[in-house]
Amino acid sequence: MDLIHNLSIGFQTAFTLTNLLYAFGGAVLGTLIGVLPGLGPVATIAMLLPSIYALDATPALIMLAGIYYGAQYGGSTTAILINVPGESSSVVTAIDGYQMARQGRAGSALAAAGLGSFFAGCVGTVIIAAFAPPLTELAFKFGPWEYFSLMTLGLIGAVVLASGSLVKAIAMIILGVLLGQINTDVMDGVPRYSFDIAELSDGIGFVTIAMGVFGFGEIIANLGMPAEHREVFTKDVKGLWPTRQDFKDAWPAVLRGTTLGSLLGVLPGGGALLASFAAYTVEKKIKGRPGEVPFGKGNIRGVAGPESANNAGAQTSFIPMLTLGIPPNAVMALMVGAMTIKGIQPGPQVMTTNPELFWGLIASMWIGNLMLVVLNLPLIGIWIKLLTVPYRHLFPAILVFCCIGLFTLNNNNFDVYMAAGFGLIGYLFYKLGCEPAPLLLGFILGPMMEENLRRALRIGRGDWSLFLSRPLSAGLLLAALALLVVVMLPSIKSKREEAFQDAD
Amino acid sequence: MKVKSQKDFWSGLMFIIVGGAFAIGALNYRFGSSALPGPGYFPFGLGVLLAILGGMILFEALTIETEDGEPIGAFAWKPLVVIIVSVVVFGFALPRLGMVVSLPLLVLMSAYASDEHTWLGSIVNAVILTVMSWAVFVLGLKLTIPMWPIFLGG
Repeated sequence: MDLIHNLSIGFQTAFTLTNLLYAFGGAVLGTLIGVLPGLGPVATIAMLLPSIYALDATPALIMLAGIYYGAQYGGSTTAILINVPGESSSVVTAIDGYQMARQGRAGSALAAAGLGSFFAGCVGTVIIAAFAPPLTELAFKFGPWEYFSLMTLGLIGAVVLASGSLVKAIAMIILGVLLGQINTDVMDGVPRYSFDIAELSDGIGFVTIAMGVFGFGEIIANLGMPAEHREVFTKDVKGLWPTRQDFKDAWPAVLRGTTLGSLLGVLPGGGALLASFAAYTVEKKIKGRPGEVPFGKGNIRGVAGPESANNAGAQTSFIPMLTLGIPPNAVMALMVGAMTIKGIQPGPQVMTTNPELFWGLIASMWIGNLMLVVLNLPLIGIWIKLLTVPYRHLFPAILVFCCIGLFTLNNNNFDVYMAAGFGLIGYLFYKLGCEPAPLLLGFILGPMMEENLRRALRIGRGDWSLFLSRPLSAGLLLAALALLVVVMLPSIKSKREEAFQDAD
Repeated sequence: MKVKSQKDFWSGLMFIIVGGAFAIGALNYRFGSSALPGPGYFPFGLGVLLAILGGMILFEALTIETEDGEPIGAFAWKPLVVIIVSVVVFGFALPRLGMVVSLPLLVLMSAYASDEHTWLGSIVNAVILTVMSWAVFVLGLKLTIPMWPIFLGG
């Protein structure tokens, strides 16, 4: 069967010593960044891009992939143990996970997160392997109309599950897209909005905005709050295995989370974050057994579900990148950059022209997941030592890594200044109650959306109706509309707010 | 006309201004036509859209009741200024004074933003971080970062 054959090519490639080492290295590095708040996989991958030149394509991508989902695992650890989500997709895990830790059940929470993620990772790998070929077939039918509509759907999907006012979130997306417009126009070669500053003619770097708004902005906001005493539950982390009852409760949540994550991860703009929020909402809505701990007070389903979802989402978010060449989120965008550096054009043809790369990557994802379970569960004590560092020492460290990272992007201190500016803006957003995440998504997808829109209009000679008359495109746009409508219905609106009251 | 939500009022205003600015800026570039969109096409449309959304938010802020008026609250001026200034100073100092001077400077300045700050702790932190950064970034990742001040031959 084709699937087995493909997977075997993959495992052959992935099991070489070099590739195994790279996978391990990526996983360790990823967990480390996931554990440290303020430094994300985006920033790290961006910093490593120059070093990619020296490596071959396959080991390089394997390592980057390892970093990506290593960060997912690491982020959950801190979310549970000290209520500080190391990664945005761990925000939901912190809600019930931290409560479990406070009740001395940190072990169960961590195990639920780890094992749930592993299961989801395995399923995700199989799904990619099974669905990639037919999806690639579909991809060949995609024209610019379909790409544009797909990205619109992805952005709307992201907004729908974001907290806070819907209109504000959409506005933030558009602001993000507009910020992406600061670049040199592809067709005319005209620099736009660059105010004659040379560094701006290539556009603002994604990492610059991310570090400024999320990194600096968050540090400022944190320091603005009176010093909370962050208890660290390292001593109570024995009894690693969940109880029988915990297993029974968590199992269905893992399955549901995995399904949800696998589906949502594929959407552009989606991926792990979206999936974890959705899974939490779903688990909350599903009635548990009588006598179960209420949500927000330490229900293991609130950990197992989102964790499985975010890992499944992380895996399946590779699909649009590998098959269509569309990066579904920031990290993938950087991977696309890495592939381009190595001269590989991501898209439907990668599967046929570089099968060892394609399948090797997929196989090593599974291996990476295995390594992560091994790394995380027993070695938790070591990771946690890092967190006993008081915040007043931690945040300058984060600043140091961010600033050096920013400088090394282009060996130019302009990026440092830009990020400082975005730090200011980020804090402003925080005070005004505007969600920064939609802005970032809009920023990444904006340039591609514009390119596809213009191409579509040129080919169709100005015909806007083609977006609706082509069946695939129409279907995607209708789905986006449906999502919007569903969210605006009053009943769903209140449920959505409920879910996010706990997250705040 | 009472402001029902301070946050939304200012957000709406911000979006209107920013959207408008982008749209006006877009007029500098060739607009093109639907059949041949120019560089100004997309940003103009988006800017207008953003301004409209800003208007909606503003309207909501003036009409829809909220529990507590959603005040913006006090600005955390000390952390804000300290952190931003520290980062900018770092950016300025790095190419001129090298990492050996700029990094400790960054740590010492930014640590001041915390209300749990101690000078001794920050100095120790600065030394540790500088050494670690050198090890990871220069030795390990082989990145080119100016190490020493220019006047010392860096």
